[in-house]
Amino acid sequence: MDQLVFFINKVLISGTVLGSIYALGAIGVTLIFGILRFAHFAHGDMMTMGAFFSFLLALVLYHYGIVLPIPAGFVVLPIAMAITAAVALGIDRTIYAPLRRRGAKPVTLLIASIGATLMIQGLIRLFFGTGQYSFFDYGEPKTIFKLDMSWAGARPITFTEPQLIMVVVTVILIIALNLFLTRSRLGKAMRAMADNADLAQVSGINTQLVVRVTWVIAGALACAAGTMLSLDVSLKPDLAFNIVLPIFAAAIVGGLGQAYGAIAGGFLLGFAETLGVFNWATVLKPLQTVLPEWITIPSDLALVPTEYKLTVSFVILVITLLWRPTGIFKGAST
Amino acid sequence: MSSVQRALVLFAGLVVFIVLVGLWQGVANISLLLLQATAFALIALGLNLQFGYGGLFNFGIMGFLMVGGFAVTFVSYPLNMKFWGSDGPMLLGRALVAFAIGFALVWAARRSDRIGIKGGWKIALTVLVWFVAYVVYRSQIDPAAEYIEKEAGFVGGLGLHPVLGWVFGGLLAAGVAYIVGRISLGLRTDYLAIATIGISEIIRALIKNMDWLTRGTLTVSPIPWPVPTPDAYQAGGTSIDASFVYARAGYLAVGIVVIAIALFLLQRAYHGPWGRMMRAIRDNHIAANSMGKNVTGRQLEIFMLGAVLMGIGGAMLVSMLQIFDPGSYQPINHTFLFWVMVIVGGAGNNWGALLGAILIYLVYTLSGPLSQALFYAVSTWTTQIGWGAIPDIDSRSLQMRVFVLGVVIVLALRYAPRGLIPETVKRES
Repeated sequence: MDQLVFFINKVLISGTVLGSIYALGAIGVTLIFGILRFAHFAHGDMMTMGAFFSFLLALVLYHYGIVLPIPAGFVVLPIAMAITAAVALGIDRTIYAPLRRRGAKPVTLLIASIGATLMIQGLIRLFFGTGQYSFFDYGEPKTIFKLDMSWAGARPITFTEPQLIMVVVTVILIIALNLFLTRSRLGKAMRAMADNADLAQVSGINTQLVVRVTWVIAGALACAAGTMLSLDVSLKPDLAFNIVLPIFAAAIVGGLGQAYGAIAGGFLLGFAETLGVFNWATVLKPLQTVLPEWITIPSDLALVPTEYKLTVSFVILVITLLWRPTGIFKGAST
Repeated sequence: MSSVQRALVLFAGLVVFIVLVGLWQGVANISLLLLQATAFALIALGLNLQFGYGGLFNFGIMGFLMVGGFAVTFVSYPLNMKFWGSDGPMLLGRALVAFAIGFALVWAARRSDRIGIKGGWKIALTVLVWFVAYVVYRSQIDPAAEYIEKEAGFVGGLGLHPVLGWVFGGLLAAGVAYIVGRISLGLRTDYLAIATIGISEIIRALIKNMDWLTRGTLTVSPIPWPVPTPDAYQAGGTSIDASFVYARAGYLAVGIVVIAIALFLLQRAYHGPWGRMMRAIRDNHIAANSMGKNVTGRQLEIFMLGAVLMGIGGAMLVSMLQIFDPGSYQPINHTFLFWVMVIVGGAGNNWGALLGAILIYLVYTLSGPLSQALFYAVSTWTTQIGWGAIPDIDSRSLQMRVFVLGVVIVLALRYAPRGLIPETVKRES
């Protein structure tokens, strides 16, 4: 029983948390790819930017001594999401829209998005330095839940309050997105445009509006993902720059342009990473009593060493690109 | 104004800029900047070969630089007698045998259709064999790595001349490029860019964590120079200031010779039939294919040739800095910086890439001290009007380099998408 709890703590919980963040990030990447046909590399830094907006707003709450039952980072999330969405629109208008009007190739937009990455990152570092911040340094502690498992004679299942709320928020956001894409006129227009932009335009869909809505959704989700990531670990300027590649991997594995594929890809990679570094020795230990004497289970039975955790995603990405470049759900190609 | 005139004017402007910077920063400083700029220029030429000639979106430059840096460290660092005297070589030999066995198994599985294993069975067999090969290799390399790290620290070097290390860096990078290219060159544009970024991150993780081979984050130094170092001049009685200038001038001369050779070969290749074929593949690979050109093979070729220049450049950077620190490699200044250089300079034009490399490198490094001066000026002003001084100016102004780089690339894409010295396509009438 102890082994099962260990597995739940190490794989199920951290995999779900990581998967939620990857999924939210990958939805943004995949929507932008579907509508605008370019790999938006600055998405990671939009996440970091959103996290810093939330952090600043949370500081305002702490300043006025407002204490709420849930962590301040989640309370301010809607406002931060709105701000990030507005900034995303601004970035599109100043950087990408002029290039699109000129009819630039998608890869030019990709390079421009790297420029945007550098600008956002430079500004964040300019204002916040290179140090680490935490939402929980300013008055409220990070609540840790321990589900008592002593009735089964096992150690407790441990997770933190942000992790619990994070999963709930992810589920709400995904359901909302699903309803938007399938039920609303605009969502349907968006899917039509992702399928065939020219056809959508001649059918009278306002493509400019669809582009703007795409940026609003992508920016808002990026902010949510970044804030939740920084609530789970800590807030630093290169927070999301390091996970923008796993996010792209998730989007590609799920099929670029496919919102549901991105969710699947995100959770797949989240679990693959946690499973890859999971030490099976602890789970297999009880078998030692059954096995003959000459087989000893080594103390370290992880598939890959912990320092290669992120590499798991890249390897899956490379395999996917080789074996099924369009992803699990058949995605768009350039 | 013809493109040659334009290039001449721009290069003259660059020289004036360098002289001005030299007057501002001092001779020792500008010589150091130029020294690094030569290595960066070589790498930019490599990218220009891949992207400008071949249209390949290699966003994994960092990986090739690390491979080159490791190569020169391995070749030129003195022998580690503790390692050669221990059981380390024997253990590594066993790991190598294990690797060979694993490789043979995978190769055999790939050809298992010959003995009638087909479809899903073949896939299952391949996955199983990969897993077995991985376990076999890990079972040998893990104890070997642990033993070497405990007994000898790391493998050490071969104690050969650094220039041999540069050559080895180029060759090793070409070898890695072959593998990377075979994996990813079937992909186009965005997918290729993301795949190469992913692979370069894998290379970084490997080099950073294989402590037995590279010493990882513990860093290796001092790595010898190919020319006399400032210390050698000082031992000969030269004053400290002059010794730095002499030593750097010597290194700069070597760097310029390497650049000149590379530039000569690249120009010859560009104007020859080979360059014409490459441009044809870049501009329309379907048409080139239908004319009987082996598109994938040629792209692999140009990818490897570009990687040679990147490997040599990466090796030059490391032996110049005299330290190999895998932890210091970042995509911003080891991948994206080169893209800014080539795009601002003019993709497809070697002179443009050269100009862009030197110009952007200077702009990138100098925007730190420049914004520092600016912030101090603003800070004095804010103090005067009673808002207080700007805190941590020194560390903040360094971060401005990244922002400036982003602004430069965005402006370049918008207002000069073909670069400062655009590629001129010669047409026979």
